[in-house]
Amino acid sequence: MREKTVPKVILNVALLIVVFIILFPVFYIVQTSLKSTADIYSGTFFFEAKTRNYEEIFTGSRSNFAELTRNSLIVSASVAVICGVIGSLAAYSISRLNWSRWVTGGILVWLLFINMMPPIVFVTPYYLWARATNIYDTPAAVIMAHMVLNMPLAVIMMMNFFAEVPKELEEAAVIDGCTQWQAFRMVIIPIVRPGLAAMAVLVFVFSWKEFLFALSLTTTSAGRTIPVGIANFVQEFNIRYGEMAAGSFVAMIPALILVLLAQRHIIKGLTVGAVKG
Amino acid sequence: MARFSLNNSGDLRTALFGPGSFKYWSVAPLLVVLVIFTVLPIAQLLQMSVSELEFIEGELVSEFIGLRQLDNLAKDPIVGIAIKNTLVFVVAVVLIETFTGFALAVAISRTTTLSIVYRSVVIIPLLIPPVAIGTMWSLIYDYNYGLITTILIELGVQNPPLWTADPDLALISVIIVDVWHWTSFMFLIMLAGIESIPPSLLEAARVDGANELRMIRHVILPMMAPTILVAMLLRTILAFKVFDQIFVLTSGGPGTATQVISMHIYKVFSEQFRLGYAAFLSLMVAAFMTIFVVFYFWASRVVRRRLG
Repeated sequence: MREKTVPKVILNVALLIVVFIILFPVFYIVQTSLKSTADIYSGTFFFEAKTRNYEEIFTGSRSNFAELTRNSLIVSASVAVICGVIGSLAAYSISRLNWSRWVTGGILVWLLFINMMPPIVFVTPYYLWARATNIYDTPAAVIMAHMVLNMPLAVIMMMNFFAEVPKELEEAAVIDGCTQWQAFRMVIIPIVRPGLAAMAVLVFVFSWKEFLFALSLTTTSAGRTIPVGIANFVQEFNIRYGEMAAGSFVAMIPALILVLLAQRHIIKGLTVGAVKG
Repeated sequence: MARFSLNNSGDLRTALFGPGSFKYWSVAPLLVVLVIFTVLPIAQLLQMSVSELEFIEGELVSEFIGLRQLDNLAKDPIVGIAIKNTLVFVVAVVLIETFTGFALAVAISRTTTLSIVYRSVVIIPLLIPPVAIGTMWSLIYDYNYGLITTILIELGVQNPPLWTADPDLALISVIIVDVWHWTSFMFLIMLAGIESIPPSLLEAARVDGANELRMIRHVILPMMAPTILVAMLLRTILAFKVFDQIFVLTSGGPGTATQVISMHIYKVFSEQFRLGYAAFLSLMVAAFMTIFVVFYFWASRVVRRRLG
């Protein structure tokens, strides 16, 4: 018995060190965001916490975080809704409505292919389209790109959830006189609602953190999102570290909330495309 | 004849509006999105690659130049460096993260008490914005006020390393950040693999007197080998996407020390405004990655068949 308990202690100590390594940078950015510039430069660990950096990024004249936050919320929420609707409809269709294996296989392979392409591949055509349709530098341009990026995740996650629903349920509904649409809407969707919610939340967070398209399809705070705003801090000649840290922490909030709600659905969604071992 | 066509349109009407039409309506939006936003852009890339594109007073002017982008490619002094940096980065992070992810998965699968806490914490790096990961680490690396420098100076080190500002250390610094970021991804795949090993197998090995290390070496590793291989392939594909943290940490610098292919294409597009050449490079990347992805599909099919 003794030999067994000693390694358990070592194991837990090792894992706590890992937890520390993961959490420390997050803690460090919160700490920096609450410091005054003088305290940041002196590198002290003892300081008086102030919320001045947060006030500065949201209400200060040199910053436009209020607009960026508004854009981020519009983009992420729209993308979550669009992917939720299109993704769950399509996932239901290809997993339940007797499509030939070539159709379902073809769609799945194409979705995974899109998921694996480096996003830079789509930047130049999307840029031209955004310019041509006059949505360049608006949230609509970013929504367009994020919708495509997240569609594979939406469809594949929902297919997994539909696979767990017994087929007898919609058969019974159709026998009771429901159309396929009604069976889907009134019987299936209520059952997969927790999964649908998990998918929408995950898509929201992925859209929230996306940077490349938000950067390439916008140029002013009319269309830019929070990650672009943060990157701008770094590009400046005199980096305002405190405000940069405050902005970064604001950008992390959705992710941290999601971790608190973390559940197996979310974890599954993070490895879409991986072979189930 | 008339009856035939009537029947035909009747079939069409049934298909579109009849009781079975939901089958088509439900998948149609996805197909529309995929065709417009993924198939057309690739066609457009082809067209852009053989064009010289310029915005003159807000109007796009396009001129056909055939294969002249190949000359541009030959004259591009950065693209070779970018490919080399990308390959070094990808190979390094995949090898390191495979090891760290596997070790973490074995360790966490052995714990029972705090397992849920560990699992929740471990997924944090996958959910926070990569840009914020970049700023976090730039605060840690900063050579004036950064955490590492502060500690090293306290310890009496005379010339602390410059990290992202040192051409020799920049790529390594970026790799360290990536390991912090992506180990969790490998961990999640590996953990699923370990948890699918039949407990009876591990129990049998334990009864036979195997210690932890021997169990890992002779039971877990052989059982996991296919999963590990496929996870490495998938991580390789994803690692080629790297952009955000490099943009924040180094912007490809100092010089070209951390210039990776996505960063290079972005600069061609946004700083040099050479849309046609950027499209050409994008197409090259897409073609190269397609080979990888096809290989991944093939390998994962073989593995899935073997796992039954």
